[in-house]
Amino acid sequence: MTFEEILRLPPYSLPREEKEKLLTKRLKELTVMHRENCPEYARILESIGFDVTEVGSYTELPFLPVRMFKEMELRSVPKEEVVKTMTSSGTTGQAVSRIYLDCTTSSNQQKTMVKIVNDFTGSSRMPMIIIDCPSVVKNRVMFSARGAGILGFSIFGAEKMYALDDNMKLDVEGLGEFLDKYKDQRILLFGFTFMIWQHFYEELLRLKEQGTVFNLSNGILIHGGGWKKLVSKAVSCEEFHKRLEEACGLRSIHDYYGMAEQTGCIYMECECGHLHASNFSDVIVRRPIDFAECKIGETGIVQVVSTIPESYPGHSLLTEDEGVILGEDDCPCGRKGKYFKINGRLKNAEIRGCSDTYAEKFK
Amino acid sequence: MQKNLNKEILGKVVFLTGNADVAAELPYVPARVPFEDRVVSFLNGVSRELMSDREAKAYSDVITFAFWIRNSSMLKLKERFEKTDSVVRLGKGVAFHIAPSNVPVNFAYSLAAGLITGNANVVRVPSKDFPQVGILARAFNKVLQEFIDMKPYVLLVRYRRDKDINDLFSSVADTRIVWGGDATIAELRRSALLPRSGEITFADRYSFAVIDSDSYMEIYEKEKIADDFYNDTYFTDQNACTSPRVIIWIGSRIQEAKKNFWTILHGLVEKKYSFQPIQGVNKLISAYLISALQPGCRIEPHTDNLIVRVNIPQITGELMELKDDSGYFFEYDCSDIMDIKKLCDDKRCQTVAYIGDKSTVLPLIKAGVKGIDRVVPVGKTMDFDLIWDGYNLPALLTRTVIFA
Repeated sequence: MTFEEILRLPPYSLPREEKEKLLTKRLKELTVMHRENCPEYARILESIGFDVTEVGSYTELPFLPVRMFKEMELRSVPKEEVVKTMTSSGTTGQAVSRIYLDCTTSSNQQKTMVKIVNDFTGSSRMPMIIIDCPSVVKNRVMFSARGAGILGFSIFGAEKMYALDDNMKLDVEGLGEFLDKYKDQRILLFGFTFMIWQHFYEELLRLKEQGTVFNLSNGILIHGGGWKKLVSKAVSCEEFHKRLEEACGLRSIHDYYGMAEQTGCIYMECECGHLHASNFSDVIVRRPIDFAECKIGETGIVQVVSTIPESYPGHSLLTEDEGVILGEDDCPCGRKGKYFKINGRLKNAEIRGCSDTYAEKFK
Repeated sequence: MQKNLNKEILGKVVFLTGNADVAAELPYVPARVPFEDRVVSFLNGVSRELMSDREAKAYSDVITFAFWIRNSSMLKLKERFEKTDSVVRLGKGVAFHIAPSNVPVNFAYSLAAGLITGNANVVRVPSKDFPQVGILARAFNKVLQEFIDMKPYVLLVRYRRDKDINDLFSSVADTRIVWGGDATIAELRRSALLPRSGEITFADRYSFAVIDSDSYMEIYEKEKIADDFYNDTYFTDQNACTSPRVIIWIGSRIQEAKKNFWTILHGLVEKKYSFQPIQGVNKLISAYLISALQPGCRIEPHTDNLIVRVNIPQITGELMELKDDSGYFFEYDCSDIMDIKKLCDDKRCQTVAYIGDKSTVLPLIKAGVKGIDRVVPVGKTMDFDLIWDGYNLPALLTRTVIFA
């Protein structure tokens, strides 16, 4: 099965059984392909005595913990075919993931993202405000997740502006001019959840108090990157929506869940506030104690599978996020597939031991 | 003579026993003779205090310590360590101890070792607020009220990482005892010691077990063995320097023994161990990592994430770079004990826990390996002794006066 076949379908069209068939076929093929082309991956499968003929469903396929990509180089294409290396947004001092992309995988990531996002925005390109600074996309050889996210989403924008300067200050004048120019059009806004709050929302609020109000009621905001930093500021998802609407009239706000290790297959938040898995990928929640699949409504560790990765063995990954499946095929928004919620990261282990350095490792 | 200690710096220290005034006098405290009756009685007092403390009963580590410092136990040590040749021994003077931050009771053993060898002690207790620290400090304080003369010898202190304070206590220390591993040692090495002062450092170490399958299969009480092994490993999240990380299987009934050993252990872990979700992920990463790097590894099938075992085809010098904790074991089926030489020929190699005949390990030691400081039965890896981690503590904490 080729990826093109999956790409032809509308992104949220497959009910459970059909999707299971499709994912099982494609993901088994990818597993075999990576075993043939990535010796490290082959040895891992060897160590667990993996036999693909025994696999009935994609949920039985092995999963690699995402942190493996920080620990070692995992590549299923020759070095010469790598056109892009993505890195995860590790904090300073931590190891970063390195994800090797060839032409095919990179292009399929983009095509997938277009299919998914267009389901929410429509297929015409819009004027776009990027709530970040321009310098974050300058280094094109090593993509940070932030830069990659911005570049990835930029394809949805016709005219683009960066709302922040390199000192993370809001470009009030530029924003005003941009909104004037496109005042009757739908505008796409994109940024990272925390940056939007810190550098955009809080600034809009300050300006509003001084009498300057921006009207973004025509806007559609897509944001990602997680809630960790906002939780510490006690800002919930509901609060985020409510306050942004109050500050600038923005009503169409969509969070997304995704990671550098599976770029392209993002999980968009629908109008009902649920994150959705598309045909291209799936989320399986697993019990920490034995990695058995959780029931709907049961919290566990999130595994993600993606039909895209051909250049690195990242088609089935165990994240360090905790989440819960809310339902399947029956979200009121009408989209098929699983819908779910992410609760946040798993807690670091608190363990005993003689050496003090251990605690440092996980700081 | 040393001048008094800087009061301003002492002001940053929290005293669990004693106070800044007592600390300021440290350089003038007389050394005592090792195993002096008064010190033995003092420790026995603390032991009794702990034994009758209701709260302490909930902490097996505190009770184990209380047993270790009781009269009869100290007198046994006295017998072992007191020499009768024509010398007089005396504590070196002041011992400055840095306890590990994530083992609750270790500081108390370090203190007792310093005390019984005749030293005045400043002990930095763990920064984490373990209940055991409070219980022990309470017992020491209570007994110090009767043993007023012992007050200058027992200073339990707590402070955040602070070079000024490290400098200060190091400047009066005759012996500095640093637990907590390589990073903490490096940090303390930035504080100078006096020319005649010494240092005892407990660096990052690893340990392993050798199990003779034939001996194991003949043991009737396999539950007891599981209990012992649990205490060696899971009790400290298998992250103590003494916790076995590798199991070397020898003998003729390896498969049978493994099946029994792990099944019984699993039942125990299921009952006793408090499992944290991230531990399962961490162990999966570790198992996949070594499998990806070294061909021929076999991850043993497991029904849950409590015990993760990787069978390795050979012992390499890099094996311990890939170790993990919280119930993660390498296993090696061994036909010739010299096959594991690389594991032992490393200064980080500390304890060999055994089931069977300990002399199996002797050829390795005789081959001149750089590691192995303790060979003890399974279940005894954590038993503190005055000879620890390759150091003879009474020898290092005392001065020998020739009295010919």
